[in-house]
Amino acid sequence: MTTSVPPGNGAQWKRVLSLDNRFMPPLFITLILLAGNVSFGILESYQKTLLAIVTSIAAELVLGHIFLHKWPHLASAYITGISVGILLRSPFFWPYALCSLLAITSKYVLRFKGKHLWNPSNFGISAMVFLAAESVATLSIQWGNNLGAMLVIWLLGSVIIWRLRRFHICAVYVISFVALAFLRTWITGDPLLSEISPITGPEYQLFIFFMITDPKTTVRSMKGQCLVAFAVAAVEMLLRLDQSVYAPFYALFIVGPIALLIEMWLNSRHSTVNAAGSFDKGLVHP
Amino acid sequence: MKRVPIARIVVSIFFAGLLMTPIIVRRFSGREASAQTKLDTKAALANHGFYLTEVSHAAGIDFVHQGPTLDPKLASIMPEVASMGASVSIVDFDRDGWPDIYVTNSAEGSKNHLYRNMHDGTFKDVAEELGIADVNQPGTGVSMGAVWGDYDNDGYEDLYLIKWGRPELFHNDHGHGFTRVSEKAGLPPWINANTAVWFDYDGDGLLDLFVGGYYPEDVDLWHLKSTKMMPNSFEYADNGGRKYLFHNLGNGKFEEVSAKVGITSRRWALAASAADLRGTGHQDLFVANDYGVSELYLNDGKRFHEAGERTGVGFAPKSGMNVAFGDIFNKGQYAVYVSNISEDGVLIQGNNLWVPKDVTGGKGIQFDNLARDMGVELGGWSFGAQFGDLNNDGTLDLYLTNGYVSLDRKKSYWYDFTKISGGNSTIIGDAKNWPAMDGRSLSGYQQKHVWLNDGAGKFVDVAQAVGVTDTYDGRAVALADLWNRGVLDVVVANQRGPLLVYKNTVAPDERWVEFQLEGTKSNRSGIGAEVTLFWNGQEQIQQVSGGSGFSAQNDRRLHFGLGKTPRIDKAVIRWPSGKIQTLHDLTPDKLYKIKEAE
Repeated sequence: MTTSVPPGNGAQWKRVLSLDNRFMPPLFITLILLAGNVSFGILESYQKTLLAIVTSIAAELVLGHIFLHKWPHLASAYITGISVGILLRSPFFWPYALCSLLAITSKYVLRFKGKHLWNPSNFGISAMVFLAAESVATLSIQWGNNLGAMLVIWLLGSVIIWRLRRFHICAVYVISFVALAFLRTWITGDPLLSEISPITGPEYQLFIFFMITDPKTTVRSMKGQCLVAFAVAAVEMLLRLDQSVYAPFYALFIVGPIALLIEMWLNSRHSTVNAAGSFDKGLVHP
Repeated sequence: MKRVPIARIVVSIFFAGLLMTPIIVRRFSGREASAQTKLDTKAALANHGFYLTEVSHAAGIDFVHQGPTLDPKLASIMPEVASMGASVSIVDFDRDGWPDIYVTNSAEGSKNHLYRNMHDGTFKDVAEELGIADVNQPGTGVSMGAVWGDYDNDGYEDLYLIKWGRPELFHNDHGHGFTRVSEKAGLPPWINANTAVWFDYDGDGLLDLFVGGYYPEDVDLWHLKSTKMMPNSFEYADNGGRKYLFHNLGNGKFEEVSAKVGITSRRWALAASAADLRGTGHQDLFVANDYGVSELYLNDGKRFHEAGERTGVGFAPKSGMNVAFGDIFNKGQYAVYVSNISEDGVLIQGNNLWVPKDVTGGKGIQFDNLARDMGVELGGWSFGAQFGDLNNDGTLDLYLTNGYVSLDRKKSYWYDFTKISGGNSTIIGDAKNWPAMDGRSLSGYQQKHVWLNDGAGKFVDVAQAVGVTDTYDGRAVALADLWNRGVLDVVVANQRGPLLVYKNTVAPDERWVEFQLEGTKSNRSGIGAEVTLFWNGQEQIQQVSGGSGFSAQNDRRLHFGLGKTPRIDKAVIRWPSGKIQTLHDLTPDKLYKIKEAE
């Protein structure tokens, strides 16, 4: 016996199963949070993470409404809040609220030509570890001692990032990091695996999948994105040679806005040339 | 955006305010000013009711701990892997009524010291003549700590020597010497341990012994077969040493029963202590593990049931280095203090102060961490801590020592440490992957903490104000009324540093009472016996401990501060045998020697 399927039903199911791309990163990071905490207790506390998320979302709602006169999509604020909740470590509550506020507010204050320049959570966390070093640190532990857990997160993250067409950014960064680890080993004389070691931890998984790939704060062209990913790894290497504990965050903090400003400058030059060309054309060919 | 310039200005000012917030918080938290205070004895007495004077040299003690030198394969990280071994335990080994001090040394060939109390303010090292000095001979490992307990109930405290190496049990021959009985007792040939506790887990009147392994027992740290002997995780390591529970058979022999009674962990134990946390009459066992969660073994008198996660103390993994029990609220309930690591800007684990919740509905005991709320959370790279009423005001204070590796003041190893500590097990577990320390410090030169309990839910750090200004790499802390004056003095063992003896001067109007317990049906040391003192409408419970803190043991005598005008109602003693003994008509400023009623 067969059941007749009304026309269009398959497409509906496809829509249900094929989630809006904007939901994929929030779902993924939520999965990381829950799996990490249930299995290994990675969070300082649920309350602190919740505080970071709620603060982030509330700030986004208020500031979005003030500046854009509409209720903004909250996926980005949710990721910022949850990133802060996972990455920030502090015995106090206030850094979680402050970091989220700094992150979201930076989006609305630190803008150039209508674009915000820093990845919000990168800005918030960099500011906190720089300004409140006596009260905060970042996540510096691993997902248990199980290689499998690490591989699952790398694979799942890669699939999702591939789907969002930003896998090349992660790949270039990882390859650059490992290649530069050889260089650092050569310079410092430290064991190679100690230089590669940081990238095997969860801090880097979040950094790679959620910070350097942020669509709003990366340049447009694929070639440019690859170049920026390499530049982040290169600046990070310099910071590491200076023994900066928070090298990846600071590297993205430095490189990200510079890359965007260069892109804007190049675009404006391109527009000027095009406009001039059109004007000339108009003159020649009225 | 152009439509909202005013809003933009307001939000920009708000944003600038946010950036300023950490500076304001720092200013108001007072962390910047804490180092400025100098000792003013009059002010210290007036403001805090006591001060401490370091008197080791005047007391005839010029002991400087020597650290171990392990296999050359570990040379590049030697200061870190050889960073423990300084310990102190208080014992009246000759039953003369005056506390003596035993300290361990950890270089191969170095000697441990037993400082006999000479009753005149000085001490004399008698370890050599009594046979417990030369215990770090090459090939036998080196000392990491010592705990004392009268395992054969002959009235004299015997010595269990905790080692990275061959564990040793010394029988105390009536205070005139010690006889090595390790093999006869049935101890294994090698344990790499940092903690051990005497307690009578099954209530048979004989002291049993728990020993917590740190490195695996098949690792000879002087002759490594492989460099893959490091923890396989910074926070979830499960490749450490095994645990031992030596059940006292009563004939000078012990039977190892850990697996039989439910203790099978291979976490990296650094500190352990036992206390009856639930009022069952059986001492539970609390183990603080490095590189992982703490474990709480609930004792039903026959078996242990690990309940760390269920009770709340064993969920968030940290770097446990201390277990001390104290009735900080004068409620007749123990809180548990576990020390961890906090380093500004790098790693903020925070210490734990586990306080029992008021639980109903048969859920059993559960704990809340109140360290932050009560002000004892951040203590640097914390090691040993002990509760004791330092100013005799009637509430238990907390002395914490800290500091890991103090080498070059200007160079830090922290960056390299974080590189490796976040890595995968295959990387962190092999010492050859660890970057060289090259003379750099790792949380070195730290200021100690003396937290005064204000009795209203807060501890206030007064270390600098009361004269604790040393910045050695502190490991063990032990409290004792060294000169029978009715005050708690503090002895601190420092890694590669001097043994410090802080003599306590307490405001004379603060009163006290002390108890020295001796079991008859219970073990003669009285370990596990509890005294609940009722005075001025409040109560405080204390117990005789077979080892607490980090590599330390306090004096077996129990010291209660009473405040200014005390009226003692009664003292209730609960012996490990289950017997209850109630004492009335007690007067302050006395030491009561109590024998368990037959």
